[in-house]
Amino acid sequence: MPPRAAVITFPGSNCDRDMAVAIERVTGTAPLRVWHADAELPERLDFIALPGGFSYGDYLRSGAMAANSPVMRGVKQQAERGVPVLGVCNGFQVLTEAGLLPGALMRNASQNFICRTVPLKVENSTSLFTAGFASGQTIDIPVAHHDGNYFADEDTLDRLEGEGRVAFRYVENCNGSRRDIAGVLNAAGNVLGMMPHPERAVDPAHGGTDGLALFENALRSLADA
Amino acid sequence: MKIRVHVSLKPGVLDPQGRAVHHALEGLGFEGVEDVRVGRSIELDVADNTSDAALTDMCEKLLANTVIENYRIEKVG
Repeated sequence: MPPRAAVITFPGSNCDRDMAVAIERVTGTAPLRVWHADAELPERLDFIALPGGFSYGDYLRSGAMAANSPVMRGVKQQAERGVPVLGVCNGFQVLTEAGLLPGALMRNASQNFICRTVPLKVENSTSLFTAGFASGQTIDIPVAHHDGNYFADEDTLDRLEGEGRVAFRYVENCNGSRRDIAGVLNAAGNVLGMMPHPERAVDPAHGGTDGLALFENALRSLADA
Repeated sequence: MKIRVHVSLKPGVLDPQGRAVHHALEGLGFEGVEDVRVGRSIELDVADNTSDAALTDMCEKLLANTVIENYRIEKVG
């Protein structure tokens, strides 16, 4: 049976369809689409994706409003039960604002919106999301964000590195992120937040397919389970 | 009761916006500006019996991100 995946759409999400297409490409089945105001998530989910975009117009802080929307209570519960949760770009911002991942995403140090494909170094190749890559491998994934400057205090950064929870680093720091961090895992390893968009690198027509291994590994390992 | 919540970036957290404003002030010829930090002020009109604890809770849960921001609650009247 293919895994039961869901993509959450907030008002202002704009990568939800891309995310759904990337998931379907791997599973062969369209994921469930869930609206932010739904108080209940569909039952028996195996995978939850929070897509990129500008939820609530980035009011207050990027991801702050979405982190408090009704559907996030269910996402938190499922994440605590070990269901894999992937947050990309705005989805990463939502996960930090919701307290599911440490740190915060601030305005890019350059003050500019950056939109280009960047090389990432795979730091952790043992997680559900990253086991399809080799440790130290460089992959090319597009970024498109204004608020991708990862911040956490030094103690938190030391802990993340010590526990192998830095999933990806920028080869060249494009946004001012502390210690070049592009993606982080939670302590249990079932929640990944990353600013670059793997769902925009799953088809040769995208200009590259380096993102495909992330979805393949995360979703196929679930299908086997 | 009118409340004003002042939200500011914690010391040590880089403020690219503040830096850009600082640079612009220098460009306008203003001298002696040592540093600029850009924050946010949020005005609330709340019931008179709203407790301090509830106001603090509002700041902690939504109005400020305490990973990067400090907040100060001011009762305006």
